[in-house]
Amino acid sequence: MSRIITRRRLLTTGAAVAGTTLLAGCDRLAEALPTRPLLDFGQMLTYRAHRLLLAGQPLVREYAPEDISPDFPTNGTAMPSGLGYFDLITSNFANWRLQVDGLVQNKLSLSLDEIQQLPARTQITQHSCDEGWTAIGKWTGVPLPHLLQMAELQPEARFIVFHCLDEMTAGDFYYESIDLFDAFHPQTILAYGMNDAAIPIRHGAPLRLRVERQVGYKNAKFVTRVEAVDRLNPFGLGKGGYWPDRGYQWYAGL
Amino acid sequence: MALSEQHAASAQGTISTQALPAKREIIHRHSLVVRLTHWINLLCLTLLLMSGLQIFNVHPQLYWGHYGYPGVPTVFSISGRYDPELARPVGTTRIGDYSFETTGVLGVTYGSEGQPLSGAFPEWATLGADLALARDWHFLMAWMFVINGTIYLLFGLFSGHFRRDLAPGSDQLRARHIASDIWNHLRLRRPRGEAAKRYNVLQKLTYLAVIFVLLPAILASGLTMSPAVTSVFPFLFDLFGGRQSARTIHFIAANLLLLFVLVHVVEVLLSGAFNLMRSMITGRYVIKPERTS
Repeated sequence: MSRIITRRRLLTTGAAVAGTTLLAGCDRLAEALPTRPLLDFGQMLTYRAHRLLLAGQPLVREYAPEDISPDFPTNGTAMPSGLGYFDLITSNFANWRLQVDGLVQNKLSLSLDEIQQLPARTQITQHSCDEGWTAIGKWTGVPLPHLLQMAELQPEARFIVFHCLDEMTAGDFYYESIDLFDAFHPQTILAYGMNDAAIPIRHGAPLRLRVERQVGYKNAKFVTRVEAVDRLNPFGLGKGGYWPDRGYQWYAGL
Repeated sequence: MALSEQHAASAQGTISTQALPAKREIIHRHSLVVRLTHWINLLCLTLLLMSGLQIFNVHPQLYWGHYGYPGVPTVFSISGRYDPELARPVGTTRIGDYSFETTGVLGVTYGSEGQPLSGAFPEWATLGADLALARDWHFLMAWMFVINGTIYLLFGLFSGHFRRDLAPGSDQLRARHIASDIWNHLRLRRPRGEAAKRYNVLQKLTYLAVIFVLLPAILASGLTMSPAVTSVFPFLFDLFGGRQSARTIHFIAANLLLLFVLVHVVEVLLSGAFNLMRSMITGRYVIKPERTS
């Protein structure tokens, strides 16, 4: 299921044709007026208020095994294209490595085996898509704070960028970023296990981010590189993530 | 007032200044804070509803419990599809096990050139050209609603507005009074004179329910959809029975609010729209003389 970007799908005889540019009067008005600064102000208000509200770093609710939902929808990339990823699958990710670099004292390059030897955290949590659906899954992975402590952040580091293996459009790979407040939350993990098995390809094998206090698209799949940075504008279109570059909120705690 | 009525009234010795013909009384009905917050609230709720419908349209299914996604039984859904047998698009709305066709209104609507469009709620009712913009508008307006509502609540509490204007008087709470008020509403009969200086009891109870139950429920169920907010207030899950239940309750509460607004507007139209609109804009409200019958 891919995100709905076009406003309406035109129903024709049998087939749905995408790309209608019809806009309601209100949307035309909203586009004609300089509403963007106002909307950005709203985003800033939410971000600041949540940072205050969450200052105590509470954990999100963790569920019991019987609460796990029977299925878990696949969103975004179901299977990265390209021979590179195909080779990784056929070798069962033997040649895959996670790079941890950027503003760190010790650059890391870890195999899946090495990551699985690190301290692990298992959590049964609710995944909430900004589209409105939710599913509950069990995730096992290495806490991101542990990895970052191993790598030792330099003092200038402010954000963690997650580079992914799935190419969305030619040259545009999925990426996401979070600030250190979320990066050092105990439930922020890089998961290699889902529901007591290896994480399936459609859910981001071999490694995906779980950032439990934000909505679905922040939870980047197919993570291959973790980079500590001081600013987000050098990446993609400069908004800190594939979907944020396309108008979606960078901070998506609601 | 007919002359004979006046004679009858004076004969009984009950004639008062208020009962004199053409005697109008002008009162100051709404304070500045009430008037301002009322209109700001209308703007917020309108844009919240429109952007909310657009967010709903992205996933027009409602569930009960903690999880919900395509394939999980719905409690409410709107869908559109092309029906090969009828050779036309068909919009379907489903409530529980009961479904009915809503082509043209919900599920399938028609564009300005008569072309069929898929989408749960029609385009004219929504705000935000895509989900990102709809969410931006929804959350900005939610902030404005909360700030405006907080100002109103503080004012209402400390100015005596709640106690004076909204709390029903002990006389109004008698069963007999409530029954007669319902009867008056059914006859579309509106109070005049002294009785028109305060809200009638049905009005007071409705306003109290909207201000202290419905609007807080919309806000709380909306916050239950936030993974960040629920990490701080996990009891919200227990209050609403899960994130998906909260989403469903949010939708139902928004519909109830819309119903309230429709009734509110009809009541205004029936009770002297000009006078009431003026009172909510300038504060001045004209009390019509009492009927002496």
